[in-house]
Amino acid sequence: MGLLEHLLVTAQGTVLDVLPIVAILFGFQFLVLRRRPPNLRRIVGGFVYVLIGLTLFLVGLEEALFPIGETMAGQLTAPEFIGRDPGGGDGGRVVSGWLDYFWVYMFAAAIGFTTTMAEPALIAVSLKAEQISGGSIKSFGLRLAVAAGVSVGVALGSYRIISGTPLPLYIVLGYLVVMFQTLHASKVIVPLAYDTGGVTTSTVTVPVVAALGLGLASAIPGRSPLIDGFGLIAFASLFPIMSVLGYAQLTEWLQARRQKEGDNSHGS
Amino acid sequence: MVSVLRGLFRLLGEAVRDLAPIVLVIVFFQVVVLQQPFPNLDRVIIGLVCVVLGLALFVQGLETGPFPLGESMGEAFAHKGSLVALFLFAFCLGFGTTVAEPALIAVAGEAAKVAAEAGVIAADGAAQDDYAFALRLTVAGAVGCALVVGVFRILVGWPLHYLIIGGYILVMLLTAFAPASIIGIAYDSGGVTTSTVTVPLVAALGVGLAGTIRGRNTLVDGFGLIAFASLTPMIFVLIFGMVI
Repeated sequence: MGLLEHLLVTAQGTVLDVLPIVAILFGFQFLVLRRRPPNLRRIVGGFVYVLIGLTLFLVGLEEALFPIGETMAGQLTAPEFIGRDPGGGDGGRVVSGWLDYFWVYMFAAAIGFTTTMAEPALIAVSLKAEQISGGSIKSFGLRLAVAAGVSVGVALGSYRIISGTPLPLYIVLGYLVVMFQTLHASKVIVPLAYDTGGVTTSTVTVPVVAALGLGLASAIPGRSPLIDGFGLIAFASLFPIMSVLGYAQLTEWLQARRQKEGDNSHGS
Repeated sequence: MVSVLRGLFRLLGEAVRDLAPIVLVIVFFQVVVLQQPFPNLDRVIIGLVCVVLGLALFVQGLETGPFPLGESMGEAFAHKGSLVALFLFAFCLGFGTTVAEPALIAVAGEAAKVAAEAGVIAADGAAQDDYAFALRLTVAGAVGCALVVGVFRILVGWPLHYLIIGGYILVMLLTAFAPASIIGIAYDSGGVTTSTVTVPLVAALGVGLAGTIRGRNTLVDGFGLIAFASLTPMIFVLIFGMVI
């Protein structure tokens, strides 16, 4: 498919995606609220920018990164790469030691981190958070914390597929950790932390991470791609909550300590 | 004119900064770990230029499109004071943006295959299509309900974490009773529902509502709508798996 054709097809898809949203927005705006939104022309212009931007973004990703990323996920999990004889000629060793999967974990962590940093939905939420917190929450710092969480989450999720341990175990334990953190976190950060969990897994992250999960589950004997291939995205939405809460607690703790030290030095 | 150009260059610079890590990771794994050449280098480079331009335009558009519209609608609904209209709007926004979401369509299709293999439904195409469609309606209904509950929470000012933790406990309980084949799909469905255009709108809507209602803090009460939208699909899909 030529680049131009690809652009047109994607543009059509994006417009079709946005059409219901626009219909709902304008339906309620004119039929229920019965007023013109202020700066209608600017708003429409903004939506046009968003649409063109998303289209270019998706086409570029599909041209440049997704094919390689998805093939890569398959190659890294292939038995030949891991060094296990697919015919079972290595004495029936079903699952190799975890070090054999070193590059899979590195890839999972690196791709989780980097795709999250480029996720447009996360950029939107973190910009909004920086705006309304008056700059006390930094957009870039928040995204770093989220990306670190996704990175750990996807790596651990890959370990789960490789080791074949049950998914609910990890998720339930994760929930317990989040509950514990919530009790000790500042009330200001909690809603934002919960929100970031939902926005991390979107346009950029889902295709590559899903390909990794399916690749892993089909390459490892005894795993079903249809059952074990799912669940990586759940990891990628749970762990950012922990990392954002943890990051907030850490900065708070450091601030309190610095203040205490400042008081002490002042007193003496 | 100069300031517009400067703004554009700043956005392009930020887009390059945000995208450089992925490119580095992919190049490193391709060249160093897998030791393979880069296929179609010219297409890759054109694609990367598109990605950078697209991200810069998207961020530029956010500030004038979805953000102000979401906030002004939140404020307008708060002033109008009609609960029915607000809840109806929240439900339509959640349902309408989710039901046609491509990621959800893909996941629902996969889920239908799992169900057919597990023998939950008949293995023919029609039964799978029905199952996938019912699953999509379930998830979209879940997101619609999520936004209604989330908006209600902003209005009454309940702390978010009680509701979310309550939801988590419900997910854990349902997990114990749901069939094993649906659990992975249910957990993943929470993550795939919030699309890139919906997120900025919904975030701005919450901030607009919380900013207009007296006694609400935009940071504490304005966020949290998306959190509900990723929680309720898990609950609904687990129940869906138990009912079917």
